[in-house]
Amino acid sequence: MANGETYFGTARGRVDGPAKVTGSARYAAEFAAADLAHGHVVSAAIAKGRIAAIETAAAEAVHGVLRIFTHANRPGTAWRDARYRDEVAPPGSPFRPLHDAKIVFSGQPIALVVAEDDATARYAASLLRVRYAAEPHATDLERQRGQAYVPRRKRTGIAPPPKPRGDAQKAFDAAPVRIDHEYRVAVEHHNPMEPHASTVIWEGDGRITVHDKIQGVQNSLGYITGVFGLSQKNVRVLSPFVGGAFGSGLRPQYQLFLAVMAALDLKRSVRVELTRDQMFTLGYRPATIQRVALGAAPDGTLQAILHDAIAGTSTFEDYQEVVVNWSSLLYHCDNVALTYRLAQIDTYTPADMRAPGATLGVFALESAIDELAYAAGVDPLEIRRRNYTRTDENEGKDFTSKELMECYRLGAERFGWSRRSAAPRSMREGRELVGWGVASGAWEAMMMKTSARAALTADGRLEVATATADIGTGTYTILTQIAADALGLPMESVTARIGDSALPHSPVEGGSWTAASAGSAVQAACRAVREKLFSAARAAENSPLANADPSHVRFVNGRIVLAADPARFITVADAMRAAGLERLEEEATASPDSATQKRYSAYTHSAIFAEVRVDAQLGVVRVTRIVNAVAAGRIINPRTARSQIIGGVVFGLGMALTEESLPDHALGRFMNHNLGEYHIPVNADVPAIDVIFVDEHDDKASPLGVKGLGEIGIVGSAAAIANAVYHATGTRVRSLPMTLDKLLPEKPAGRA
Amino acid sequence: MPERDAGPATGLPDRMPISLTINGEVRQLDVAPWTSLLDLLRLELGLTGTKKGCDHGQCGACTILLDGRRINACLTLAVMKDGARITTVEGLAAADGGLHPLQAAFVEHDAFQCGYCTPGQLCSAVGLLAEGRARSAEEIREHMSGNLCRCGAYPNIVAAIEQVMQ
Repeated sequence: MANGETYFGTARGRVDGPAKVTGSARYAAEFAAADLAHGHVVSAAIAKGRIAAIETAAAEAVHGVLRIFTHANRPGTAWRDARYRDEVAPPGSPFRPLHDAKIVFSGQPIALVVAEDDATARYAASLLRVRYAAEPHATDLERQRGQAYVPRRKRTGIAPPPKPRGDAQKAFDAAPVRIDHEYRVAVEHHNPMEPHASTVIWEGDGRITVHDKIQGVQNSLGYITGVFGLSQKNVRVLSPFVGGAFGSGLRPQYQLFLAVMAALDLKRSVRVELTRDQMFTLGYRPATIQRVALGAAPDGTLQAILHDAIAGTSTFEDYQEVVVNWSSLLYHCDNVALTYRLAQIDTYTPADMRAPGATLGVFALESAIDELAYAAGVDPLEIRRRNYTRTDENEGKDFTSKELMECYRLGAERFGWSRRSAAPRSMREGRELVGWGVASGAWEAMMMKTSARAALTADGRLEVATATADIGTGTYTILTQIAADALGLPMESVTARIGDSALPHSPVEGGSWTAASAGSAVQAACRAVREKLFSAARAAENSPLANADPSHVRFVNGRIVLAADPARFITVADAMRAAGLERLEEEATASPDSATQKRYSAYTHSAIFAEVRVDAQLGVVRVTRIVNAVAAGRIINPRTARSQIIGGVVFGLGMALTEESLPDHALGRFMNHNLGEYHIPVNADVPAIDVIFVDEHDDKASPLGVKGLGEIGIVGSAAAIANAVYHATGTRVRSLPMTLDKLLPEKPAGRA
Repeated sequence: MPERDAGPATGLPDRMPISLTINGEVRQLDVAPWTSLLDLLRLELGLTGTKKGCDHGQCGACTILLDGRRINACLTLAVMKDGARITTVEGLAAADGGLHPLQAAFVEHDAFQCGYCTPGQLCSAVGLLAEGRARSAEEIREHMSGNLCRCGAYPNIVAAIEQVMQ
């Protein structure tokens, strides 16, 4: 019963587009209730120590203040750590808001002021007087790197570095061409445009409906029921629209705890919305110090790879991501030694941020490969081809598919790489130095067990549902396309429902796995409906399909058609009527194939080419052209897919040039906690971005043949830009962001 | 919205009467002097299409049209604008629900992802076209740079505005 594909692979507008352009799409802080109270969070002013006292009298005296929650009067919550550990929590002891007087990071929430309206809560919060007993803190990773350790407990889903291969040190020492440098990336904060917020609607009888900014409603549900000891039937979590997240919405954030706590205590609806500066008290991309040492033959063939990373984590959780493994995944090499360690600092726990780990590790690796190319006198693109690998040497497996070589070819062709002049500082236009750089990218193509429901009604409408999220990725739209194809219905007859904890099980939306996972689940549920419907159609009185085999029919345009004779058909509506069915509902679960996973590795790949122009006197960098060639299996919707890649590239552009949460180690806090001083790219910073989707057939990574696109756009972006900056200027910047102070030309000798 | 019959001891009157025309509708409102236009729209009038991204005039998510000019609603106290005509994203479409050409172009060009900055981008783009200052993609980029988009939809935003401009 194979069906044609009308929508899969075609560019379609977002089905949620009209809601988003008219302002009718509602985000977490935009739900209201007659009894809504407003909570404002008070943040700790020290990085480490204890709260000696909080004076609340002045705030309590403000008319309209309902309650001030602190560690001294908070309601009781669960005791065991396990209750606080969410779906994606790293090993350790999760942070508990208002738990006790202890301060473990600057900006830690230490009080919640709840009032009748937002302005009163905000004003009263400013009247709290807090006395601290401060203790010396350590927030500087550079100073803590000596204390680095290999995490004792591995974070679920995060592969530790592979076992060493050959003798990397010996091979490096003997190599004719050697590169050995440290690379650094500054702390970055996600800063989705929508601040984190939770609106808890008190439904009475202990029941609550929670509108949360979260990438997985069932993750919030599990957290709330665990921490507050509530029954699943009394809690429903919704997030139909999420105003960006990029990983900041994977774990429940502290405003969820505070809003639920206050609502249960006050027995009324409560909203807690963070301010922009409080967004800098959440998880972040950890500062990471890396050393990459490459040894090669004179022709650039790799003989040794050593890659070590030291990343910051909090004092209470061992946050981990895959930083170094990419080095021996992207290239063939017989002698490899990779290590990954953590060092504790007095901040909140870092968090997954768009292509966590990969953006860091690939920046260091792809910068080092570029340095090796110059050292060996080989073209930077050619050296990558020369060291190409067709197998996953970390795992000793074949890839489900890998068209990276084609990414190199098509990307280079579109970019015009062959016209590049090899020497640094050899291309110039007016006062600007021009540079071209290239980098590779990779991201694991994962699929997670996900369930979905499909319900066909007698009016010919189909609803598909699973508890995943759409954080701007286009989930609503691709699920609609997949479902419409599966039952041969127009997209207009299909509704996708997500972002509701009452729907069939889905993991958090993250890791680029949603298209493969939720998409496969929706397709499976629709196929189950199709089988039932076909049986009904065949059994109908005088059915034109009476003797048809499932393989003889197609579902197209709302009809079940005999493939050999399209004049013979029965409409979906007639088949439903004949069977006396008002509603045909099926649930299905899609899981990755474990036998395939044992034999194959699945990754997306990219080749990204960047052109920069650098003011020769001032060091100002402009990115003027990007070509990103991506191999990610089948593309469901080229329009939303292109947007995913563009978005990743822009994120990478910020990482390369401007994004940096600047710590003041004397105070132990980030200083530039606002969008005026933390610079994300603006429209004028972003050039034309040319996205190429390379044909890649993959029948193993997922049932749909898709691999996911959320991360691959950013991986490699910063390295390509850094390599272009080197080509333009001859200055190798090994620390991101490449702010102009790192590029200012040295003063010519003999002049003041 | 719960009534507040006595505010903090600021010496200011608790509420001041103003008149605003919002999306074509004349509204007589009693507004606290410290209430921003943004909070008035979102918290008191339920017009949540206008977004709060930073509350500091740094992101542009709250951009609305005031007497036809684009402004940051978070940096404007409502009581300063007595008598003004305000258009928010909810007021861009035609009375029959037909999308404004910019709204349609944003959908067509996929000029947004999460949608949170989108109302501000749209109002800003309407204001920009009225200003007549942008004649090229380069100028659109420059004059739209007060509206941040973390999803990075900028190239598509420029394409959508360019299409309507022509």
